[in-house]
Amino acid sequence: MSVAAIKKYEFAPADSVDKFHGAQLLYVGWEDHLMFCAPFAFPLPPNMPFAALLEQVLPPVYGYHPDFARVDWAKAEWFKSGKPWRPDASKSLAENGLRHKDVIRFRTPGLTGIAGSCS
Amino acid sequence: MDMQATKKKLNLKEKYRAMTRDLDWNPSYQKLEDIYPYASYEGVKIHDWEKWEDPFRLTMDAYWKYQAEKERKLYAIIDAYAQNNGHLNVTDARYLNAIKILLTGVTPLEYMAHRGFAHAGRQFPGAGPRVACLMQSLDEIRHAQTQIHSLSNYNKFYNGFHEFTHMFERVWFLSVSRSFFDDAVSAGPFEFIVSIGFSFEYVLTNLLFVPFVSGAAYNGDMGTMTFGFSAQSDEARHMTLGLEAIKFILEQDPANVPIVQRWIDKWTWRGYRVLTLVAMMMDYMLPKRIMSWKEAWEVYFEENGGALFKDLARYGIRPPKWLDQIAQDKDHISHQAWCTFYNYALAANFHTWIPSEEEMDWLARKYPNSFDKYYRPRLEYWREQAAQGNRFYNKTLPMLCQTCQIPMLFTEPGDPTKICYREADYKGEKYHFCSDGCKEIFENEPEKYIQAWLPVHQVYQGNCFPEGTDPTAEGFDPLAAVLRYYHLESGRDNLDFEGSEDQRNFAAWRGQATTNA
Repeated sequence: MSVAAIKKYEFAPADSVDKFHGAQLLYVGWEDHLMFCAPFAFPLPPNMPFAALLEQVLPPVYGYHPDFARVDWAKAEWFKSGKPWRPDASKSLAENGLRHKDVIRFRTPGLTGIAGSCS
Repeated sequence: MDMQATKKKLNLKEKYRAMTRDLDWNPSYQKLEDIYPYASYEGVKIHDWEKWEDPFRLTMDAYWKYQAEKERKLYAIIDAYAQNNGHLNVTDARYLNAIKILLTGVTPLEYMAHRGFAHAGRQFPGAGPRVACLMQSLDEIRHAQTQIHSLSNYNKFYNGFHEFTHMFERVWFLSVSRSFFDDAVSAGPFEFIVSIGFSFEYVLTNLLFVPFVSGAAYNGDMGTMTFGFSAQSDEARHMTLGLEAIKFILEQDPANVPIVQRWIDKWTWRGYRVLTLVAMMMDYMLPKRIMSWKEAWEVYFEENGGALFKDLARYGIRPPKWLDQIAQDKDHISHQAWCTFYNYALAANFHTWIPSEEEMDWLARKYPNSFDKYYRPRLEYWREQAAQGNRFYNKTLPMLCQTCQIPMLFTEPGDPTKICYREADYKGEKYHFCSDGCKEIFENEPEKYIQAWLPVHQVYQGNCFPEGTDPTAEGFDPLAAVLRYYHLESGRDNLDFEGSEDQRNFAAWRGQATTNA
């Protein structure tokens, strides 16, 4: 369907990748850890190695949670748009197939938040 | 001798006719479609505008007299409240934070409603609805004014009330209510009247003005209570008019039914999402509780709304979509919203806090299926950390829903441990949603929502810093720049209630008022 309008109704999207100064948006969620109330949005360079996401970007973001120190990235399960997905940490975000506004989630088996409440 | 002509007084019915329908005329040298250019493009067919029945038969002179009387009383009470330092009689200074949300998130909507009804009143070809819209337009600007006047008293003493119009257009969470109304006023006049006159009045303001305003009364806030009750008599009229508008449109042509149904689905969901704020205000921000959000929802939406939709069934209208999800969510949304604001207390114009033990017990009683299992452990952990000087402040910006613009905090229907993710592709771009409702609303009108001013993306595009800011300068602190752009003073307007200037001042002033210290 489309908008009912009195004349041609066409506008550019407000968040196309060209507006982010060379970065692209990546959304990241940590399953079973809702102490972080929502997934995060990050503007990241597409040529950034995936390993840098794990080693540099996420630790200050999730480090407050007592479970985070116990995360074993080798065992983490990843999902892209909800479907199982396997990133290669040595490759860049773009080489891992991540495009502007993609959403990825990780599950850390055995870690289920504060007192097992998924917090 | 001159004969004195007897002046015949019009009876009420004649007067109503003279001051509404008789103000209309048939144009002779302009075409109707040129005078009312927005009357047909939405696809709604009206065959006879004379069939519009105004249930109140209110004329402008009567309106004026009645409202002036109400306002005189209202301002007398507000004056007395201000002169007697009534603000020191509220239960607890935490309460004022709910009122900050009201002023920044709701009052500007009253003003937008004024503009919207003025526009609709200009665009309807029928004199009956034009007059009804005119009066509602006046109601709405009065409500905006009386709210501002009532709440301005708090601005003299407490933080976060200042520059609410500036904040409304900028602060991240206020984009939720702002975009809701922008969606409505940028629609045609028929969708506007269904969205605001019907769905908004029935779904949102009813829950705000009855249970929440009763909460204000319970918490000693005479100012808010007085304008709330003053507005409520108008709100009751708005609800009746909204219903009349729906029935009128439905009776005019069977082809209108699916159009109206889609609007009811859309605007019930949109209104429900905005109400998340009110849910949180009721369950967490009223020190003296009156009823839980869940109870209010059951009475004011499920019971009243249920009866309403039974009434509309004969027109071929079914209850709004996604009610099953809404029914499950009532155990969760207030807690999820409060946790979100606790996360992002750095960037809001009001304070958050961990509820007291007694308040947590109340929440556990009111939410036996959810609070202790999912939310109490989180709050207790935060409390423990705060006691050790490690209060949680989330500094990373969240992913937002493209439609409602709320951070993606809502969980899957049936599983409160999983965030609900939905996405859609449109013209090569990806869009994300918090729910099936928000996704379907987007897919019905993608051209509209791709323009959304999503605060998080706007920050990352560099559009939310004060003019002249250089984000490439060494040591650039983006959060500090965003707060300056919001006109929020860090350490004063934001952060936890515990240790805030509001908390200190209230305690000191109340101490002066009640002790000899």
